[in-house]
Amino acid sequence: MSERNSETIDPAGSPKIQDYALIGDCRSTALVSNRGSIEWLCWPRFDSPSVFAALLDRERGGHWAVTPNAPYSVQRKYLGESNVLSTTFVTHGGTAVLTDLMPVGSEEYKRRFSLPDHEIIRSLECQSGEVELRFEFHAVADYGGKPVRVRTIGRLGIRIEADGIVYWLRSTHPLAVEKDWVRGIIRLRAGERAQFTLTSSEYAPMVLPALGDSTAERIQNSVDWWQQWARRARYDGPYRDLVVRSALAIKALTYSPSGAIVAAATTSLPEHVGGSLNWDYRYCWLRDASLSVRSMLGLGYWDEADSFLNWMLHATALTRPKLRILYNVYGENAPNERELKYLSGYYDSRPVRVGNAARSQLQLDVYGEVIDAACQYAHAGGNFDRSTRNVLVQLGEYVASHWSEPDQGIWEPRSAPAAHTNSRLLCWAALDRLIRLSNTAMLPGAQRDTFKRERAKVFHDIKQHSWNENIGSYTSVLGKDEVDASLLMMSWYGFESPTSDRMRSTYRVIRERLGAPHGLLYRYRSKHPEGAFGICGFWETEYLAMGGGTFEEASRLFEQQCSFRNDVGLFAEEIDPNNGDALGNFPQAFTHVGLISAALTLQEREAGERSLKHRPESAQHSHQEVSA
Amino acid sequence: MNINWVSWLLWGFVSTLVLTTIEATLQGLGLTRMNIPYLLGTMVTPDRDKANFYGVLLHFLNGWLFSFGYVVLFQVWHLATWWAGVVIGILHGMFLLAVLMPLFPGIHPRMASEQAGPTARRQLEPPGFLGLNYGFRTPVSVLLSHAIYGAILGLFYKVIS
Repeated sequence: MSERNSETIDPAGSPKIQDYALIGDCRSTALVSNRGSIEWLCWPRFDSPSVFAALLDRERGGHWAVTPNAPYSVQRKYLGESNVLSTTFVTHGGTAVLTDLMPVGSEEYKRRFSLPDHEIIRSLECQSGEVELRFEFHAVADYGGKPVRVRTIGRLGIRIEADGIVYWLRSTHPLAVEKDWVRGIIRLRAGERAQFTLTSSEYAPMVLPALGDSTAERIQNSVDWWQQWARRARYDGPYRDLVVRSALAIKALTYSPSGAIVAAATTSLPEHVGGSLNWDYRYCWLRDASLSVRSMLGLGYWDEADSFLNWMLHATALTRPKLRILYNVYGENAPNERELKYLSGYYDSRPVRVGNAARSQLQLDVYGEVIDAACQYAHAGGNFDRSTRNVLVQLGEYVASHWSEPDQGIWEPRSAPAAHTNSRLLCWAALDRLIRLSNTAMLPGAQRDTFKRERAKVFHDIKQHSWNENIGSYTSVLGKDEVDASLLMMSWYGFESPTSDRMRSTYRVIRERLGAPHGLLYRYRSKHPEGAFGICGFWETEYLAMGGGTFEEASRLFEQQCSFRNDVGLFAEEIDPNNGDALGNFPQAFTHVGLISAALTLQEREAGERSLKHRPESAQHSHQEVSA
Repeated sequence: MNINWVSWLLWGFVSTLVLTTIEATLQGLGLTRMNIPYLLGTMVTPDRDKANFYGVLLHFLNGWLFSFGYVVLFQVWHLATWWAGVVIGILHGMFLLAVLMPLFPGIHPRMASEQAGPTARRQLEPPGFLGLNYGFRTPVSVLLSHAIYGAILGLFYKVIS
């Protein structure tokens, strides 16, 4: 585990993105700062309005702090391979450990016990000496836009009414209500404990869990559940801790009732501190989710992949064969983008946005990512029923007739559509995978001749118009001279061999133009300042591991990228190359997917095997293979 | 009570046929992902293809049985008109959306509940309140199809005095 030395905390300072850790129950998540404060929570699901959002406005956002009253240093870790967070506060007087979690359990366990629909447990234990902690609870409604009503109801606890939803706060220690705040001072001696729970229910009457031993049992049960899940990861390489932590983060971002995977837990964490590139990532991007599924399949998490494909089939039913870019967890269109002008933003990074305007964009690469994930699933032994086969064929037909259209591409800039190489590459991959599936009789009904004809056209289009002889590289947009890091994926998808002259030359240009300090990589050259892009460094690792470099070069780069994780092993979307700070929404599934995929590719390279047999060595090879 | 059995059997069948067709059409037009035959079919088999077939049979049986309730009310009121059928149809649709749909996760062996997880399983999404998880037009689609179902029964069923 990426447990690091303890850090002395300046109580006057505000936490940075990397100072947060994630807890979750696969329906919602919360972020806990290294000051022991929960500063981001959306209930009942990822994209609901926030209950705590101090992350985006320290005054108005709301938080729930359990923090030492004296100067302290802190050390954090997850309990084993779990999403149960343990924060150790060391003060002059003693040491206290705070355990934070959203409890989880098997379906059978949940049937046996009456459990709240949504719950956060915070358990505090003094391990040595004596520690005094400050308890501060300030919940808000609608991201701080609406007031809440707080009342003490005797021994039952404290009832909070917020915009039609009721929360209950229970505590083993006395707390005082002051308007819409709850405060208290908790003094613990060695061996003493305090417990707090926050629960919520949407429809049914609330279940109020007992505090005491049963809470301790539920904490242990949650740790056991996560550890059992983590043990199933089929990776035993040298980076197991990093890989499993990434898998746990992706799992926490999965919405279990439907199978959707959201891109990140937060909205509006900036790509540049103080800037306006602040977006809401609490939705399911088909691209990110498909890549997540591929990484889960690579680790042997079959049920998660199966569940996502089922969701995808169901979610896209209303627009098929056209795919939207992003959906909410139940497959509905994401809400319209709006700005919450009353929130000051993370370190004054305005505006804070909810909803996402990218929902109306055309991004043709999505088809390739979805089809490639389905193809990988089939090659791993999965079967398609008739409905799934029909959907795949429909998607293929859509790609065959629309691949030449301009689109917004993988980086979804809010500018005019263009002919992006990455989109063409993924359209080629979509048709290629469908032809390969039909070769194995898994896809009867596919228009093989049409798919083959269009695949050849896309191939020639990329080869002729994306290659720029003057700069010696493939380019981001056909006929132009800019590059972006997604070109590195031409080898991963099997379009261009990593050892070909063109690919080696493209890699050189990308490194020259997009290279950032410390081995990091920008996604493209932008007019707006932003950090190095997390997944791009892992793409580079994969390119090197696949043959573009040596195994040692690839391993070294991988370790360099991983050194930018935070103290509990989590990544945001981007990294500030100047100081290593995390930037953008957090934690970001895309970056963790990149880590897992790179670790698996490194393992393949070391073993001299190809585990992803659904992709060709190169496009030329693939076309010959099919002709034969 | 003098039930007109032949009329019930005939128009119960026809109205169910129309109901099923309207629901399938609304789904095909992308107005809702609600597919009642499929939800019923997956109660008896996990096979998606077979579920659709079994589900249509079960839906027909249900539609026929429910139409008996309509004709009982027509007989009791001594009134069988299209608008009386529409009123019963809308009440029927509201009962389905507000009461039966939220119960589904508790009785359906292959449907997730809103509290499902983190254990991953290939399950059907829960419909949620008013079936809104299946699309925001779902309540309108269900009410419309059931109103037409009731209207056909009210219009063609002959009350025996």
